[in-house]
Amino acid sequence: MSSIITCEHVVKRYDGVVAVDDLSFSVEEGEIFGLIGPNGAGKTTTIRMMMDIIKPDSGEVTVFGEKLGETTKNKLGYMPEERGLYKKLRVLESITYLASLKGMDRRLVPEKADKLLGRTGMLATRGKKIEEMSKGMGQIIQFITTIIHDPMLIILDEPFSGLDPVNTELLKDMCFDLKNRGRAVILSTHQMNQVEELCDRILMVNKGRAVLYGDLSEIKSGYQSNSVLLDYLGELGEVPGVSEKRARKDHIELVLDGKTTPGEVLAYLVKHDINVNRFEVATPSLNEIFLMEVGKHRE
Amino acid sequence: MNKTLLIFRHEFLHTIKRIGFVVMTLVVPVIALLAIGIYQLVTTVTEPSAVEVTTIGYVDELGGFDGYTTQGAIEFARYDTRDEATQALTSGDISEYFVIPHDYILTGLVNRYTLEKQLETPPSMVAAIKNFLTSNLLSDRVSRDTAIRIEAPLYVVVTRLTETGDIASDQGGYGNAIVPGIFAFLLAFSLNFSASYFVQGLGEEKENRLIEVLLSSVSPRQLLIGKILGLGAAGMVQVAVWLISLPLILGLASATIGGFFSTIELPPNFVVLGIIYFILGYLLFAVLSAGVGAISPGVREGQQLALVYTLFAFVPLWFSSLLFVFPSSPIWKVLTIFPITAPIAMMLKLGVTDIPAWELAASIIILALSIIVLLFLSIKIFRVYLLMYGKRPGLGEIIRNLRNA
Repeated sequence: MSSIITCEHVVKRYDGVVAVDDLSFSVEEGEIFGLIGPNGAGKTTTIRMMMDIIKPDSGEVTVFGEKLGETTKNKLGYMPEERGLYKKLRVLESITYLASLKGMDRRLVPEKADKLLGRTGMLATRGKKIEEMSKGMGQIIQFITTIIHDPMLIILDEPFSGLDPVNTELLKDMCFDLKNRGRAVILSTHQMNQVEELCDRILMVNKGRAVLYGDLSEIKSGYQSNSVLLDYLGELGEVPGVSEKRARKDHIELVLDGKTTPGEVLAYLVKHDINVNRFEVATPSLNEIFLMEVGKHRE
Repeated sequence: MNKTLLIFRHEFLHTIKRIGFVVMTLVVPVIALLAIGIYQLVTTVTEPSAVEVTTIGYVDELGGFDGYTTQGAIEFARYDTRDEATQALTSGDISEYFVIPHDYILTGLVNRYTLEKQLETPPSMVAAIKNFLTSNLLSDRVSRDTAIRIEAPLYVVVTRLTETGDIASDQGGYGNAIVPGIFAFLLAFSLNFSASYFVQGLGEEKENRLIEVLLSSVSPRQLLIGKILGLGAAGMVQVAVWLISLPLILGLASATIGGFFSTIELPPNFVVLGIIYFILGYLLFAVLSAGVGAISPGVREGQQLALVYTLFAFVPLWFSSLLFVFPSSPIWKVLTIFPITAPIAMMLKLGVTDIPAWELAASIIILALSIIVLLFLSIKIFRVYLLMYGKRPGLGEIIRNLRNA
């Protein structure tokens, strides 16, 4: 895999306040990359620098090794958090105008737009004015305008907010499609469950600095706690090596004493004919990691 | 296609499809054609009937006012006493009456009685009574021709000569001022509307964050220049419609109505200077609007701020009566040189008097320099403030940020 976009030691200040502080990361072909962090962490500033909307004070952003410029802008697609289109324009006119600004031949737009509108079940709206559509429908149209020129990198800022479950699934499917076609998708969101479900790698920023960066499963495994989750039938009794039992909604959490491994506990359960429905080494959710990391830096 | 051209095309088409733009563009020729049509209709309907004769009474207490009792469409009926005249008035035989008192020769005073509430005596009535009195006073003393000359002593016909003594092609007068006057009025509105569209468009793009999508595709410079050119071309279409239709309509008015309309002509260089001042005026208002649109968080704030300079465009129109009386007043020199008022003031002045070459040059050079300086500042403001959505910055903050930009 090769890097589509690389940020190296990027710094941005506003009125002397550091918004992004020495941030370095890259996004590879064919991956969904989560950009997460609390409000005011510097995510939007980072995205704007990647889109060449604002320039970094120092550091460099490159797309396919090339400095940002008019040609690289055409390889990127951006859907901002607060969405809007020209209210008086019709759907196809909006798509055509914004696609042409991304360097797409206007003559090719209608056919491609019809394909995407058809896929999203919105072909009937192609002649409608944007102001006649619901917020969710407008959001799907904006997603179409973001990807119609077949960008190599798509940046989606809170793409699922305001969408109903059906459209949320539709958008997820389309993100996976983009990934499978070798495109990179950067997902900036506060919905950690979506990040866990969709993202291969993440960058967590806080106060403009990188807090966590890398493969999501590796990051999570680094946060493995010293306990196992167990759902069983029968009488458990005392388990050697377990210092504490914590009752949860539909299972119990066994806290190990530090000398015993999860494997040893499982062997004991099997040996004593405990009917095990679920045995899982406990790892915190991304949401818990997020709260942990952000909380750590607030202290 | 070049991205600036794409923005230009979008802004141009978007603007000319606006209902407000279409109405504003067509309203002038349509109203003028309607006015000519209504005039034609009224004259056709009223032509067959003869001019209605009005009879007014008079009481001659001085004596000697017996003749010349027909003055145009007014007939003078003599009554011996005020009571008789009052009775004739209240019974509807006459519409009004007047009394020539014994001491009229000493005082010139005539008492007029009427049933109508009026601000003052209608000028046509004053003229008729005056001619009736004069004719009778001069009867048997001077010839009839002399009496008529005393009643209407002069008609001034002015011929303007060139410095070599030839008849000048540009004769001046109200006939010369009418087209530049109308054009100045329309130009003020056009600049106003264009500035308003510009600020509104940018405000909407900021409010719905479309500006971020646009800036992820084009540079601020491409966006600004595309917008200025697109809106400018739309304004040009508007002015072109007016410039083409104005002489045609005035020609039609001259042919059908005649009179004053037949004296209307275009001052020399009017079309060339009209186009130059439209372009410069438009560019000035566009760069000002770009700056205002960039620092304003939304449409409403932007339009309020834009009032500061759009109202200035109308200042020369407020002073236009002063121009007709004192065309060489220093106020007019200031208005033709101050960039925001220059386009409108120059158009007005062009129709009234000659403009010295130095004044024209100073006006155009200062206007062009202002545009260059403001364009430079606007691009900087555009870069700094286009993505700031909060409170509108103060002047101090803007200057500080521009220094750092």
